[in-house]
Amino acid sequence: MTPMLTVEDLRVRFPTRTGVIEAVRGVSFTLGRERLGIVGESGSGKSQTGRAIMGLTPPHAQITAKSLDFDGIDLLKAPSKLRRSLRGNRIAMILQDPKYSLNPVMSIGRQIVETLRTHEKVSAHQARDQAIAMLEAVQIRDAARVFDLYPHEVSGGMGQRAMIAMMLIAGPELLIADEPTSALDVTVQLEVLGILDRLVADRGMGLIFISHDLRLVSSFCDRVIVMYAGRIVEEIAATDLAHAKHPYTQGLLDCMPAIGSSRHPLPVLDRKPEWAL
Amino acid sequence: MTAAVSIDDLVVDYDGFLALDRVSIEIASGESFGLVGESGSGKSTLLRAIAGLAPVSAGTITVNGQTLAARYRDKAFFRQVQMVFQDPYGSLHPRQTVDRLLLEPLAIHGIDNAEPRILRALDEVGLGASFRFRYSHQLSGGQRQRIAIARALIIEPSILLLDEPTSALDASVQAEVLNLLEQVRRDRQLTFLMVSHDLGVVTHMCDRLAVMKSGRVVERLSSGDLASGKVEQTYTQELMVASKGFVRRVIAPAPAG
Amino acid sequence: MSQISETPVLSRREWLLSDRPQSRLQARLGRAYMTWRRFSSNRLAMVGLGIILLLVAVAILADVLAPHSPVIGNLGGARLLPPGSEGYLLGTDDQGRDILSRLLHGSRLTLLVIVLVAVIAAPIGLLVGAVSGYAGGWVDAVLMRITDIFLAFPKLVLALAFVAAMGPGIENAILAIAITSWPPYARIARAETLAVRHSDYIAAVRLMGASPFRIVLRHVMPMCVSSLIVRVTLDMAGIILTAAGLGFLGLGAQPPLPEWGAMIAAGRRFILDQWWVATMPGLAILIVSLGFNLLGDGLRDALDPRESGQ
Repeated sequence: MTPMLTVEDLRVRFPTRTGVIEAVRGVSFTLGRERLGIVGESGSGKSQTGRAIMGLTPPHAQITAKSLDFDGIDLLKAPSKLRRSLRGNRIAMILQDPKYSLNPVMSIGRQIVETLRTHEKVSAHQARDQAIAMLEAVQIRDAARVFDLYPHEVSGGMGQRAMIAMMLIAGPELLIADEPTSALDVTVQLEVLGILDRLVADRGMGLIFISHDLRLVSSFCDRVIVMYAGRIVEEIAATDLAHAKHPYTQGLLDCMPAIGSSRHPLPVLDRKPEWAL
Repeated sequence: MTAAVSIDDLVVDYDGFLALDRVSIEIASGESFGLVGESGSGKSTLLRAIAGLAPVSAGTITVNGQTLAARYRDKAFFRQVQMVFQDPYGSLHPRQTVDRLLLEPLAIHGIDNAEPRILRALDEVGLGASFRFRYSHQLSGGQRQRIAIARALIIEPSILLLDEPTSALDASVQAEVLNLLEQVRRDRQLTFLMVSHDLGVVTHMCDRLAVMKSGRVVERLSSGDLASGKVEQTYTQELMVASKGFVRRVIAPAPAG
Repeated sequence: MSQISETPVLSRREWLLSDRPQSRLQARLGRAYMTWRRFSSNRLAMVGLGIILLLVAVAILADVLAPHSPVIGNLGGARLLPPGSEGYLLGTDDQGRDILSRLLHGSRLTLLVIVLVAVIAAPIGLLVGAVSGYAGGWVDAVLMRITDIFLAFPKLVLALAFVAAMGPGIENAILAIAITSWPPYARIARAETLAVRHSDYIAAVRLMGASPFRIVLRHVMPMCVSSLIVRVTLDMAGIILTAAGLGFLGLGAQPPLPEWGAMIAAGRRFILDQWWVATMPGLAILIVSLGFNLLGDGLRDALDPRESGQ
């Protein structure tokens, strides 16, 4: 299998008044048509990794990489016009909270149509039909009605599904999902993940699932990358997670309270400075 | 067993929307009681109603034998009941140092010996005196939550209301804060009323719990029952399944809603 | 958590920027220093600050700096001399008074007006706005309707009416300006209060049993202060102009006080032939107004809560 995405020695630096902060420090991985999870706690650089691939890093940051290659295109050297056309068309991203990533003054349907028509030449009528079909694909009942609603008129779960519909309408090959369900209730969360799972499988997309929730990621993805302080500390098949070698991964798994296991006090993570080296 | 908090047929009405619909709960003194539910279930509203921050339109709340008014709470009440909020980034005043934050409750209640009390409070939550003069933006999320706990404990309440105290924290930090909460409960024989959406956290922390949905209590059970699967309501079961992570293809695509 | 180390020798900068201050004073100074660093990196703001500091210095040293008396002129040989005349750098007016000396002494009046208006109007606005926003309900309605009434009139017209009623004079002019300038501050303070009123940290203080009075005074008001400072600073230019306007109409400072607006009014009779008599005080007003505007812009950037929250 030739990888769709190759990331080698990716670094993201933020110059600040007090010095340079390195958010991502030499991350390397490859991705095929599979589900890859990136797990880490706040400040681990997991989101910045996703954003760097997507090209959404703030302009004052410096990105370097030996290679950041998507299907033969060097993303770092690609002209911004090419990157824009990749974005949404071949690479799409779902963010945490639909409240902030949907335009509040535009109806959901129009936003989906807009996304579609910036990437494909279709008539307005066709676009509408496709958008409604996409809304149905994310299991929104009564899609024609939801099409005309505004983001504030729908629930969080519905908003996130609309977001997924919008991101998938142009048929991207790579989907980056940054905490796609963290703002949702647990039962809704699973529903949304189920939809995402099926679409990714049906369309043969590559998926990068970024989350702080090791348990969720490992149950959803094929392979998991664990990040700590801007580096990858462990890369492991999701099924082997129970046999994780790195103490950080073990600690993360261990410190979650679970139903039916009585451990008082909970084991806490003893952060070793050498992990961050 | 004496009841520390007893809530009877409580109704909270936000302009026609019933955030709480005849909820009754009894919490024994020294007990740790959990409220589980999803957003909009009314679990946080219940805490806010006890604290006098929500409009109670019917029902009674009794704390340590005293029935409370619908809205008004006197100073004596706040010496018995304190609260820790969900968002450690929003619950500390952005322009006050830790010292000022901890001094405030002492000043309000006219408690003397502020200096040693502040140092002891910082010590108790595992932070130490070096944190005393920092502003909240100089602290991490876990440290902020420790300060919030220290602030709640400094006037020595007997009941602590915990509104999702760890849901904004990283998993490893969550473990530390949960351990801290357990320890202070043991040391001070506190009564906990803890709200969470995470069944794992609630069963870890609480002896008994109530599952809430749409402003009502749908099931009351003990943590032991939950662990051994003695669950009656399907909603509780759904929550249990959900808390174990994603299961491929086992959950049939539910009809959209 | 923290290792105990013998206090290492820190430079003053490091001491100020330390993220683990050892005392109340250090914490406060550190915070002020961060604000100062943000402010001082803005060159225009520093220009503004320079102008205002110069104004203050001039006001203090007016007696020393002024080459002539500001009120007693040389009617015999020095009437309406153009700028650059010997001994009269900026020329003289129709009474033979040195314009430079009058401007230097006038800076005192300008400063007096600004300081008194700020000291009277800002706290009134802050109090009204914070109480109104926090209390809500009918208190809010009553206070805000009063504010609206004041806002409904043009500032100068209202000030004119007050001065006309109280009688002309610099003190009454100051009072009139103060009375007319608090409503916008009340609006700002109310908006800020509404934003913080439902925050968790205010709820936390309420849950400690703090009285509403205490909450407003000690927890809500400090959150309003920085935007108020910015607004007051930006308003200074307007206040100077209003004072000058009143002076120009003869309702502010009375002759022979060297108030800048009154000086323009006096010079308008010879504006075509002896342009400098009206222009010099005009320039002074312009420069000081510009200074306050630049300072206010800089303060807005430096005190912006979004920045300080990082």
